[in-house]
Amino acid sequence: MKQNDQTLPVLEVKGLTMDFGGLRAVDHVDMEIQNGEIVALIGPNGAGKTTFFNCITGIYTPTSGDIIVHTKFGEKRINGKKPNQVTELGLARTFQNIRLFPNMTVLENVMIGRHCRTKAKVIGALLRDPGTRKEEKDAAAVSYGILEKIGLTHLANEMASNLPYGAQRKLEIARALATEPVLLLLDEPAAGMNPQETEELTGLIREIRDQDKIAILLIEHDMKLVMNLSDRIYVMDHGQRIAAGTPMEIKNNPEVIKAYLGEEADA
Amino acid sequence: MDYFLQLFLSGLTKGSIYALIALGYTMVYGIIQLINFAHGEIYMIGAFTALIVASVLTILGFSGLSILILAGIAAVIYSSAYGYTMEKIAYRPLRNAPRLSPLISAIGMSIFLQNYVLLAQTSDFLPFPALIPEFEFLKPVSHIMSSAELVIILSSAVIMVLLTFFIKFTRMGKAMRATAQDKKMARLVGIDVDKVISLTFIVGSSLAALGGILIASHIGQINFYIGFIAGIKAFTAAVLGGIGSIPGAVLGALILGWTESFATGYVSSDYEDVFAFALLVLILIFRPAGILGKSSAQKV
Amino acid sequence: MLNELKKSLITAVWFMFLTFPIMVIKVNTVYNTIVWRWHNLIYIGVGAFFGSMIWRWLHYKKTHISERNIRERLKNGLQNAIVDNKKVLYTLIAVAVAFTFAFPHMSNAYQINIMTTALMYVVLGLGLNIVVGLAGLLDLGYVAFYAVGAYSYALLNHHFGLGFWAVLPIGGALAMMFGIILGFPVLRLRGDYLAIVTLGFGEIIRLVLENWNAFSFGPSGISGIDRPSFFGLTLNLSQSMTALYYLVLGFAVITIFCVNRLQNSRIGRAWLALREDEIACQAMGIDKTKTKLTAFALGATWAGFMGVVFAAKTTFVNPASFTFLESAIILAIVVLGGMGSILGVILAALILILLPEYLRAFSELRMLIFGGSMVLMMVFRPQGLISNVRRKYLFDKMNFGGEKTNEAK
Repeated sequence: MKQNDQTLPVLEVKGLTMDFGGLRAVDHVDMEIQNGEIVALIGPNGAGKTTFFNCITGIYTPTSGDIIVHTKFGEKRINGKKPNQVTELGLARTFQNIRLFPNMTVLENVMIGRHCRTKAKVIGALLRDPGTRKEEKDAAAVSYGILEKIGLTHLANEMASNLPYGAQRKLEIARALATEPVLLLLDEPAAGMNPQETEELTGLIREIRDQDKIAILLIEHDMKLVMNLSDRIYVMDHGQRIAAGTPMEIKNNPEVIKAYLGEEADA
Repeated sequence: MDYFLQLFLSGLTKGSIYALIALGYTMVYGIIQLINFAHGEIYMIGAFTALIVASVLTILGFSGLSILILAGIAAVIYSSAYGYTMEKIAYRPLRNAPRLSPLISAIGMSIFLQNYVLLAQTSDFLPFPALIPEFEFLKPVSHIMSSAELVIILSSAVIMVLLTFFIKFTRMGKAMRATAQDKKMARLVGIDVDKVISLTFIVGSSLAALGGILIASHIGQINFYIGFIAGIKAFTAAVLGGIGSIPGAVLGALILGWTESFATGYVSSDYEDVFAFALLVLILIFRPAGILGKSSAQKV
Repeated sequence: MLNELKKSLITAVWFMFLTFPIMVIKVNTVYNTIVWRWHNLIYIGVGAFFGSMIWRWLHYKKTHISERNIRERLKNGLQNAIVDNKKVLYTLIAVAVAFTFAFPHMSNAYQINIMTTALMYVVLGLGLNIVVGLAGLLDLGYVAFYAVGAYSYALLNHHFGLGFWAVLPIGGALAMMFGIILGFPVLRLRGDYLAIVTLGFGEIIRLVLENWNAFSFGPSGISGIDRPSFFGLTLNLSQSMTALYYLVLGFAVITIFCVNRLQNSRIGRAWLALREDEIACQAMGIDKTKTKLTAFALGATWAGFMGVVFAAKTTFVNPASFTFLESAIILAIVVLGGMGSILGVILAALILILLPEYLRAFSELRMLIFGGSMVLMMVFRPQGLISNVRRKYLFDKMNFGGEKTNEAK
């Protein structure tokens, strides 16, 4: 199998369009993410980035276009699939406004991510047969391993709601990693973080890519982080893709500058 | 044809009453997204207050229209006072709680108020005086339409027109609509959101009280439990029309009134309540946004 | 201080005004006489005065003691001391078990009967706890499934002479089927709509039972249902009451065992996640519909079992036993006990069912207090009497494939 081949795409998006009533939030956007690549999606507020995310992860059903995921089982078109099916196929996400399970422990939050990779049913839960027990044990162990990587083991038995902000953001990533994704989608992971935390986060994201060979698509407003981290950048404005390229190319793209600074910057 | 007309008018009467109660549900839902489970109890308390005041006035020697008006005023005042207090005690502290908490609180409130009236008054049905006078000019068509029905239909129509004006054109009405759209923004532009919510409860409760006194004098008896069934039916009406929408509540109420009236008239009277419940279940399953409601995408 | 007094005084006056017509005036509409009950006004005034003080004090406590503080305190609190300290926990459990087993030998038929009822509510509460407490689905028509179980036994016994043990699984299965049939279309609805649909469904079942005479014998119900047989023994009334007590006790124990295992399993965690955040839950790869349906159907099954037991205990069923009020009582047990907390639900069921039986004065006010305490609980202590404690995992540092201990409660 050549699944970790750098040139193989993980995600292909073609002509993705999403209408809300008369409003076109995403307008024929194309995107391609290669295996092991870190791609950033940037754009001014209201450009349709989060809507784009929600379409890919199954929360919205796009009006038209194709979203194709390349898994080890082959190509799968995931338009209109439910979020849980998308996650099962290997796309995991975090949320812009943190959405943890506040009254569960940190470890349990991560173990939820193992749900789609485990199988125990009600009968198994009641009987606790050896198979179920092993599965439970493995789930706990894998989750603990992820917490170790993220650096949250000391909080494993705390309620998620008791964590400080930065740790909550990290826990969201841990939870997403537990689903064994091929592509990790991060929606403003550095929002509200101080420079030092952002630094740590950058390291963490790079580590996830390098060690776990997971491709990453992130929405972010922190340009320093974006320029530092990304292999390629897509820029959206008014629902349309206005530019794509390496950080260097994007920095000097007049279209992008215009989108960010307004029309006057043209002159 | 007479039978059809009779059913049509009795359906319209029922529908008008459901509409008066449904408006309270829909306004409260529109503004704080709460199913005010105890709204039916407010209507019941309105009817009880009217009964008590009317009886006292009768004994004191008042008569006719003056009883109707005074009892009506008392019912409105008390129902809105209960609605206002209820919001302050059971819902306001839960403004930021998980969605189900205020609903459970509302269910508790409903049980509490029912049993409060049961214990303080009685569990028996009480005869309600016929406060609405018989009109001479309706005599020839009395087999089709009673005076009470006429009064109910007309007064409901007037009340609804007034309500529409209030919401469309007054300062408070505009503040209400703004709060329903976006609480945070409303607060930023200087609207006292708490006051608006209180007012919504007061207006909704007054409408329920009017519904209570009208229907009670038509049917002629009340007990502590009338609020439950009426509440569920009015809620059905509100959902049918599209909860949060005021014309929707009226439309839904009329449809429900006619459905019940014709179904009991032509099919079977044993299952009157089943029709309403079945309608409720079916709408919620197949078109939870209702007839006039917009289905909104969930924000993530 | 003066300000506080003024506030309380205003509240007192307000409540005196509010309750005036209903509490003070009582009209006899037949003889056209009025009874003025002025003493009630004084009670209300005094009650509201002190009540509002307590209210504000509780409110102050709630808003000024931060969440973190509460948790800190909980750590050292009684509840955790009991749950965390195995010695204390096991002793308590042993005492409770010894008491419940010895109970029939220490008391009369009347008390056994009450205790049996209380234990039935424990089981019902725990069953509904799966749906409401763990999965966060507000089911207001739980009693419908209870009715399905009860009528399964009543009808099968009446028409075909089937015995208790034969119908027990059938009743459970039928209730589960109803749960799935109802659940499938409605579980995609939002929480509050779901509550209303289940309420409507519960009422439909009751109204159908009331009106469909040919099927259910209408409001008069079905009587002369057989009591359960035990190993072919012939039992007199009091013996069979005792036997039934042990049967229900056994049920309660099994239920506790099952719910405890469920809540710390893959499925149980999925339920909790669903309760906490539906969207995040789906994004983590959990099939929302399937997970909800499992909870709904399991809860229904338990109600079905208890329905069969109920019919066998009273030997008579009619629709009046399955009103919305019954659903509300079971819901109150779950809410007061603490959503998702097994110990809390048991405690609440025992308090709510036994107290009115033993304190006659209390029994009149029963539903009033139920309703009032549901409101108060939501406002001041939404986690219930005993909040749910999640299992803690302990890891061996060197080998994280390692042991988890402290199998909760």
